[in-house]
Amino acid sequence: MDRAATADRIAALIEPFNKKGIAITDDTTFSGDLEFDSLTVMDFVAAIEDEFDIIISMNQQAEIETWGHLVDAVVKLQD
Amino acid sequence: MSDLFSKFDPVIQMREDLLASGVEDPFSLVMERVISPTVAVCNGRETILLGTYNYMGMTFDPDVIAAGKQALDLFGSGTTGSRVLNGTYAGHRDVEKALCEFYGMDHAMVFSTGYQANLGIISTMAGKGDYIVLDIDSHASIWDGCKMGDAEVVPFRHNDIEAMEKRLRRIPEGAGKLVVLEGVYSMLGDIAPLKEMIAVAKAHGAMVLVDEAHSMGFIGPNGRGVAEDQGVLDQVDFVIGTFSKSVGTVGGFCVSNHPKFEILRLVCRPYVFTASLPPSVVATAATSIRKLMHAGNKRAHLWENSRTLHKGLKDAGFKLGTEEPQSAIISVIMPDLERGAAMWEALLKEGLYVNLARPPATPANMTLLRCSLCAEHSAQQVQTIIGMFTRAGRATGII
Repeated sequence: MDRAATADRIAALIEPFNKKGIAITDDTTFSGDLEFDSLTVMDFVAAIEDEFDIIISMNQQAEIETWGHLVDAVVKLQD
Repeated sequence: MSDLFSKFDPVIQMREDLLASGVEDPFSLVMERVISPTVAVCNGRETILLGTYNYMGMTFDPDVIAAGKQALDLFGSGTTGSRVLNGTYAGHRDVEKALCEFYGMDHAMVFSTGYQANLGIISTMAGKGDYIVLDIDSHASIWDGCKMGDAEVVPFRHNDIEAMEKRLRRIPEGAGKLVVLEGVYSMLGDIAPLKEMIAVAKAHGAMVLVDEAHSMGFIGPNGRGVAEDQGVLDQVDFVIGTFSKSVGTVGGFCVSNHPKFEILRLVCRPYVFTASLPPSVVATAATSIRKLMHAGNKRAHLWENSRTLHKGLKDAGFKLGTEEPQSAIISVIMPDLERGAAMWEALLKEGLYVNLARPPATPANMTLLRCSLCAEHSAQQVQTIIGMFTRAGRATGII
C-alpha cells in the first residue's frame, strides 16, 4: 500500500483521539500538539495494530514523534 | 537556572502546590516507633498501620526474630560480597531451599530486593530480538527490566486476554517470547485471569513469568499465589516474589522448574554485581517462609479482614478499586490528588496510615488511598478503621 493510502487509513483511526480537532500535517507531534498521554497512545497504537495487523513495539514508538514518522513506520512495517 | 534538574520542574511544582495547601507531606512520613505489625507511632500519635503490605504480620514473630538474632551473632552483620564470590553463606542456601519447599519447585534464586529480581530475570531472559508481551499496568520493576534487556516491548490493555492474544499472534516467526503477568495488581488490588492468559501464552509458544509479590502466603491452597489458586502454577516458567511483603523482611526471588535455571546465577547482572543479603535477613526470611507453609488460620483471618473492610467501606459510600475483595489490598478511589491528600491527612490525624498513590504509578491517572490488610489486624481494629474512614470521608466531603 502506498504512503497516501496508509495515511488516509490512519487518519480515520485518529479521529476519536483528536478531541480538539487539530489539523494534522506531517510535522504534528503526538505529545505536544495532540497532547496524547500514555493511555491514549496505547489505545491509538492498538487501533493501528488491529487495522494493519502489525506490531508497533514500544521501542519503535519511542522513535515516532510526529504524524510523518508514524505514517512512515506503518508503511515500513507492512513490507 | 537551567541544568540537568530542569526536567524535574513539573514534579517540584506539583509538590509545592500540594504542600502550599497546608497538607502534611504524604511522602515523607516517619515512623518514630513500631509497636507491632499493625501499630506504630507517627508524629507522636499512635497510628494503625493499613498500608504496609505486611500481609501475614511476620515482622514481630518471635521465631523469626530469634533466627535473625542468632544469625547476627554467628555470621555477622553483612556479607560484603556478591552471591557468586564471597556472598553465599549457609543461610542463603537455606532460604533458597525453603523457597523450593514452599513452592514445590526445583530451583530458587534469591536477589537483594524484589525490584532486582524482576530487573534481573526479565532483562536476562529477554534480550535483543526477543519479544516481551506484558500488561500495561505492570510494576515499575518489570518495565525497568524490559528496558534494560533491549527486547522488543509490546504492552496490552490491563487483563485483556484478546489484546494479549492478538499481539502474540503478530510476533514474527522464530522470535523468542516472554509473557509477563502479575497475580495481584497492587494499585487496585485486582487479580489476573491467569488460567486463560497462560493457556493463550503457551499456545503461542511463549515462556511465562508471573509476579506473585502480593499473593504469597494467603492466595491458593498452599499460599503459592494466584497461579496456584487457578490451577496453572505448573505452566509458569518463572515465579517472581519478594521477602518484603508477607515474608516480612527484604529481598526478592525467582523460583522455576526449568532444567537450565541455575546458569542464571552466572549471567544475570543484577544478581552478580551487588552484595548479597545480610545473614540475619536470610535467616529471618527462611524461618518466616517455613512458618507461612502452616499458616491456615492466619490466612483465613486475613481474608475475613479483607471482606469486612471492603463491605464496610462500600456501605459507607466509598468508590473502591474492585467490586468484590480479590486480595488483601482494598483501594479507595479519590476524586483528585488534592482531595486525596486531604483525606490522607484526615485519616492520619484520626490515627490511621494508608498509602496515597498518585500518577504516574496509578492506572488511568487515578489518585488512590490504598489499604493493605494484615492477618494481625484484629476484628476490632477493622471496625475502628471503618469508623475512621467514615469520619474522615465526611469531613473532607468525599462521601
